[in-house]
Amino acid sequence: MMKFGVVVFPGSNSDYDTYRAVVDELGQEATYLWHKDHDLQGSDVIVLPGGFSYGDYLRAGAIARFSPIMDDVVAFAKKGGPVIGICNGFQIACEAGLLPGALLRNESLKYICEPVRVRVTSADTIFTNRYEEGATALMPISHGDGRYTADAETVDRLEGEGRVVFRYAGGPADADEWWSPNGSTRAIAGIINEAGNVLGMMPHPERAVDPLLGSADGLAVFESLLARVAV
Amino acid sequence: MSRFRIAVHITPRRGILDPQGKAVTGALHSLGFSGVHDVHVGRYVVVEVDANDRKAAENSTREMCERLLANPVIEDFEIESVGSHAREA
Repeated sequence: MMKFGVVVFPGSNSDYDTYRAVVDELGQEATYLWHKDHDLQGSDVIVLPGGFSYGDYLRAGAIARFSPIMDDVVAFAKKGGPVIGICNGFQIACEAGLLPGALLRNESLKYICEPVRVRVTSADTIFTNRYEEGATALMPISHGDGRYTADAETVDRLEGEGRVVFRYAGGPADADEWWSPNGSTRAIAGIINEAGNVLGMMPHPERAVDPLLGSADGLAVFESLLARVAV
Repeated sequence: MSRFRIAVHITPRRGILDPQGKAVTGALHSLGFSGVHDVHVGRYVVVEVDANDRKAAENSTREMCERLLANPVIEDFEIESVGSHAREA
């Protein structure tokens, strides 16, 4: 059994979605990790879930990164433990320095909540090996601050090293065109760290794990981990 | 020990797209303020801090900016003292 630890911050709202995706759809074990604890409870994978930790005060993710459990999450990541930051979790991972760059207010200044197509631009990772490289996956986005931003040098490096894992794929007319619902630099939707064990993504794979939800395309993120990570 | 009021102005780093600033610029132009070249919308934070002197208070606030109040990847900040009053240590 693979054990997923889902961190719960005050204001997390996708923690239960993640728990359900892991337990009901993936058939693995999940446990909640309270942000004030210092115990990862022997988890094999840590998920920083979506939501509005600390009400997005100051900047999205800025306060949550100082929650006590983040010391343990960062130490876990430094030792090579797999960490997924989804949406607010991506913002927290950037603030904590686990991933480069930052997520800024959407270019439209509007909160966007809709299903989007993302292209898997790197299938050679522990998070995406169950996808075909270049395939698209339908997942919802739900964020006000999702515009990925980093200096050009950092973005070039991410691209050069195959660390841009998901990119927003175009509208219905031309699926190959870069298209960014939130103004993200080069339509970046998800990236991994240099060592390849930390993933940050704005789309919600945990909310696309069953056709009843409109898509089951997100489940492969969790299945990829199951296939690759030795327990 | 005195208590100092230190103001911090945090603005989007130059060169980074600031859609809010752009929207406000457009609105000002349509009001007839044609001389407005650019607008940056940021945050204004006032920190009340106990320190031995103003310099120490400012230094401590600068460190707060670097570690939490601003994100150096996307934001610039400026520090300004806005007042102090003596306080029993």
